[in-house]
Amino acid sequence: MIDIELAFENLPPWAALLTAFCVFMGAFLTLTGSVGLLRLKTFYERVHAPTLGSTLGTGFILVGSMICFSVLRGRLSVHEILIAVFLTITTPVGFMLLVRSALYRDRVEGNDNVPEGNPTPGKQSAPDAAVQQD
Amino acid sequence: MRRFMAHLLPYPLLSLAILIMWLLLNQSVSPGQVVFGSLLALGGAWGMTTLGQETPRIRRPLTILWLGVIVFVDIVRSNIAVAKIIFRPGSRRGTPGFMAVKLDMRNPYGLAALAIVITSTPGTIWTNFSSASGILLIHVLDLQDEAEWVDTIKNRYERRLMEIFE
Repeated sequence: MIDIELAFENLPPWAALLTAFCVFMGAFLTLTGSVGLLRLKTFYERVHAPTLGSTLGTGFILVGSMICFSVLRGRLSVHEILIAVFLTITTPVGFMLLVRSALYRDRVEGNDNVPEGNPTPGKQSAPDAAVQQD
Repeated sequence: MRRFMAHLLPYPLLSLAILIMWLLLNQSVSPGQVVFGSLLALGGAWGMTTLGQETPRIRRPLTILWLGVIVFVDIVRSNIAVAKIIFRPGSRRGTPGFMAVKLDMRNPYGLAALAIVITSTPGTIWTNFSSASGILLIHVLDLQDEAEWVDTIKNRYERRLMEIFE
């Protein structure tokens, strides 16, 4: 399926602008996540930063791709949704493994600021924010 | 008839998802692709039976839709929140930390869905869940108001997931 007619000159200006906006926003958010990876201090903080890229960052780029190719082909192009679905259900597995192994190592090494094996709700918090769950 | 269908299609939703995935990948709904996709869907579901998982009972499609909207809004909001934290100077970055929440949900599919929701929302990561005590440990990037996070997880996500899966 080689689309010779898919030349980007054929993209009407409104679609080009929308696509550019979406791709730019996606790239910006992903870059922000990577900057966070550098700027944040501890491992547990850093692991939050790349989730920007794996959620809205990718989302914007995929929407841009959908707009661009739906307009160029003249029919709905939505198979980008699959990328979003698989990314959403697989990246948490990786993040969880990273955090859990870091936590395991911190516990073994006896480092500070990590919860013990059986945490209780509200124990790490300030007294005024105590949780009434039971 | 019911038993026969259960035998032929042990995981109907999984089969449907595989068929839709195949048709989307090929960007075609021609009869040949539908037949081939259906065969894949049946094979995939049969493969799944060897794992011996129970078939999930999923109810309340409106709740699923509403939960999807809520999670989407939360993902957008926490993307902005985490981006702000990243660009803030180091001294005013708030207090990251672990917190524990006691969950009432025990359904494995519901817990898996909750894990995905919590981890794909930037700023919170599912760390550990003890099925014996029902205590979930999460790491939060901005742990200013722990009670608010507990409220979000319990009332926004867990309550609806329990309606869907239990």
